[in-house]
Amino acid sequence: MSVLFIALPIALVLGAIAVFAFVKAVRTGQFDDLDTPAARVVFDDADIAGPGRH
Amino acid sequence: MSTERANQLPAGETSCAHCALPVPDPRIVPGGGDQFCCHGCETAYRLIRSCGLDAYYSFVDTDSPTRAPVGDTEVTYDELDRSSFAARYVRDHGDGRLSCTLALEGMHCAACVWLLEKLPRLVEGVIEARVDWARSTLHVTWCAESCRVSQIARTVAELGYRPHPVHEDTAQARGDAHARRQLVQIGIAAAAAGNNMLIATALYLGMFSAMEAGVEEMLRLASCVVGLVSVAGPGRVFMQGARAALRTRTPHMDLPIALGLGVGAIAGLVNTLRGVGEIYFDTLSVLVLLLLVGRYVQSRQQHRAADAVRLLKRLTPPIAHKRAGERWVDVPSEIIEVGDVVEVRVGEAFPADGRITQGKTTVDQSILTGESRPIPVAVGEEVSAGMLNLSAGVSVRVDAVGANTRIGKVAELVESASSRRPAIVQWADSIGAKFVVVVIAIAAVTLAAWLALDPAVAVDHTVALLIVACPCALGLATPLALSVAVSRAAKRRILIKGGDVLQRLSRPGTIWLDKTGTLTMGRMSVVQWHGDLEVRPQVAALERHATHPVARALVAFAEANGDAMAAAPDAVEQSDQGGIVGRFGVRELVVGSRRFLASRGTAMDSDILARSEAILAGGHAPVFVARDGVTIAVAALGDPIRPDAKPAIERLRRDGWVVGIASGDHPDIVREVGRSLGLPPEQCHGGLTPQDKVELVTRDRAAVMVGDGVNDSAALAAASVGIATHEGAEASLRAAPVYLARPGLQGVLELLAASRSTMRTIRRNLAVSLVYNSLAVGLAAFGLINPLVAAVLMPLSSTSVVGSSFLTRWRSPTP
Repeated sequence: MSVLFIALPIALVLGAIAVFAFVKAVRTGQFDDLDTPAARVVFDDADIAGPGRH
Repeated sequence: MSTERANQLPAGETSCAHCALPVPDPRIVPGGGDQFCCHGCETAYRLIRSCGLDAYYSFVDTDSPTRAPVGDTEVTYDELDRSSFAARYVRDHGDGRLSCTLALEGMHCAACVWLLEKLPRLVEGVIEARVDWARSTLHVTWCAESCRVSQIARTVAELGYRPHPVHEDTAQARGDAHARRQLVQIGIAAAAAGNNMLIATALYLGMFSAMEAGVEEMLRLASCVVGLVSVAGPGRVFMQGARAALRTRTPHMDLPIALGLGVGAIAGLVNTLRGVGEIYFDTLSVLVLLLLVGRYVQSRQQHRAADAVRLLKRLTPPIAHKRAGERWVDVPSEIIEVGDVVEVRVGEAFPADGRITQGKTTVDQSILTGESRPIPVAVGEEVSAGMLNLSAGVSVRVDAVGANTRIGKVAELVESASSRRPAIVQWADSIGAKFVVVVIAIAAVTLAAWLALDPAVAVDHTVALLIVACPCALGLATPLALSVAVSRAAKRRILIKGGDVLQRLSRPGTIWLDKTGTLTMGRMSVVQWHGDLEVRPQVAALERHATHPVARALVAFAEANGDAMAAAPDAVEQSDQGGIVGRFGVRELVVGSRRFLASRGTAMDSDILARSEAILAGGHAPVFVARDGVTIAVAALGDPIRPDAKPAIERLRRDGWVVGIASGDHPDIVREVGRSLGLPPEQCHGGLTPQDKVELVTRDRAAVMVGDGVNDSAALAAASVGIATHEGAEASLRAAPVYLARPGLQGVLELLAASRSTMRTIRRNLAVSLVYNSLAVGLAAFGLINPLVAAVLMPLSSTSVVGSSFLTRWRSPTP
């Protein structure tokens, strides 16, 4: 018996999980702004935490 | 302290330490050190450095076309602290945190994003600041007890980004929700397409060697299930579109697509259940994915253009002071009506169009006309929404609000232009719809014929025909070619809103060029000097106190001639009527236009007068110098013509364009410039008001206008295609569908060449897809197409058309 009988349904289920995760990400607004993160790449700062001037 | 920055200014010019633009001479502080072009830049610089954020200057993109000095503004933001504002714009998270969104002017590169997101370091109490670059907005979260909105707004303004609270925009929220839905559909379609292609590969490989019957059946079943998910889920939108098109009997691209998907799905399902015959689900899944991606790209582009325009709507203030009986009450600007009287305080923007009923002040009209010189207005005179009140509080009776204001009308024009589907896409859609009618007819004939000849294969052949006759090339290729062209143009600093532009520019018509800055360098210089030479150093000493380009030219002229420095004048009075007056001891020196001198009653020497006429005839502007009431000298000021202007104009005329000049400058000067460029005098119009320009541009149906975006906004919006040049991107893009970030005409030539090559690509795509379809349908009708071949041909046509869109070559035209 071909292993494909097990492998194929599992592959489809995994694909469905990935789609589900993607849909969740879209619905929580992760993909709303695709431009600004490209600008943030050049920054190498760690923290923005903490108010107060020097 | 020193930062690396490419300094491309000519020798002798100092650049501002903050914005890197030239510092006018009067503002140079002797003794070295950092120089600033305006008080605003100086404040921003010190603020940034005081918080240790110097790294900003190493991030800044000096090539960005939208850089501008911070400018001197006296706008106050205290009104943002009122409870009426908080109720509308501030969100309370319930745990002591508040947040709101501000729309910002002046964001132009990644460094701005970096700087603004460091807001917590600049203002105490701010917890987080996040930028949305595409929308030019900043989302701020802060601690309610530690700081106020006005502090945040003031700091942001000091950094150089004028903030405006964001109105609740239902259109934008709808656009966002729509984009999310599209992404979800694309995600599902992509997963389905990918998996189906894997399954299909297995099935194809199994055709040439034996495959276990059970495995093959399972693969076919899996393909069927995934394919049905694709067609019934993401593909649903095409069925709905087709149904709507049928109901309203309008031709629409969704019709042939829905037909192909429907027939393919049903035939595939039947064959899966039967166990024999071809299934088409792999091609269907990929088709759905490609079409959805194409539509998504197109709608994102349209939304981006609409977002830029929405900034315009935010530039009117949210709160207005309305008179109610004896008192003044603060109300949201939206509820102001015609006939209301509002008070506009110093530093505020006018919320609506109207007339002044009380008080007099000066206003900044730059939003509408680009004039940032203060213009005085008094009782009875008109003011417009968006103008800044600079010197004194006034009362205004409202004449027009919202969309009816001057600024509202420009915004409407731009927004409606960008939301319409480009004409060429609509045309391609209608061809696709006619096509499907023809295909159905042929399919019916085929079915009938084969039923008569050989019933067993009749259904197979008909299905193959319907699958193979795919008009998806039509549906995808045209919008894609337009999108590719627009994004390529953007890389060359030509910003285009909407695909209509490219189609309209591909055919020559009439093109009107603005003079200053487009055909000329935009820089004034003294060409001749007649009269008293000894007064020149004093003129230079006087003009050092002005920032007008004429003043700069006079100072540069004196310095170039090695004039000795004269003592500074004892008193200086600059007028906005076109002149300047200075006192040197007991002598009075007046420098200005003829009108200015006449208004002061200065006597005109006849020789000087004759010289000035000659200057005008030569195409230059005369500037008079008078001492103690009598003219003693006259200088000819000219704006040198760009070296690339003449070859560019010749190239335009060779390509079939009728070229003319439309300028607000003196008609004699305009005619002279036109003559030296080889244009007939009747095509050179000078002395035009903005309204005159609109009439000129709308005279012919297909007139293109190239102009200084901020001054010519009305004409640019009214022209068939308006091309804005060299002013700040925001102000120009509001009015014109095209903005060239480079000065001169070279960009125009490139744009025209791009339009022609894009239209050629679209026509080529259409031709290819029609030829392919005719061949394929013909072969299928005669039963010569193997279903496997059909399944391969169908995506092949799409990909070849898509590929040809990307392969459009873009050669730089040499004039």
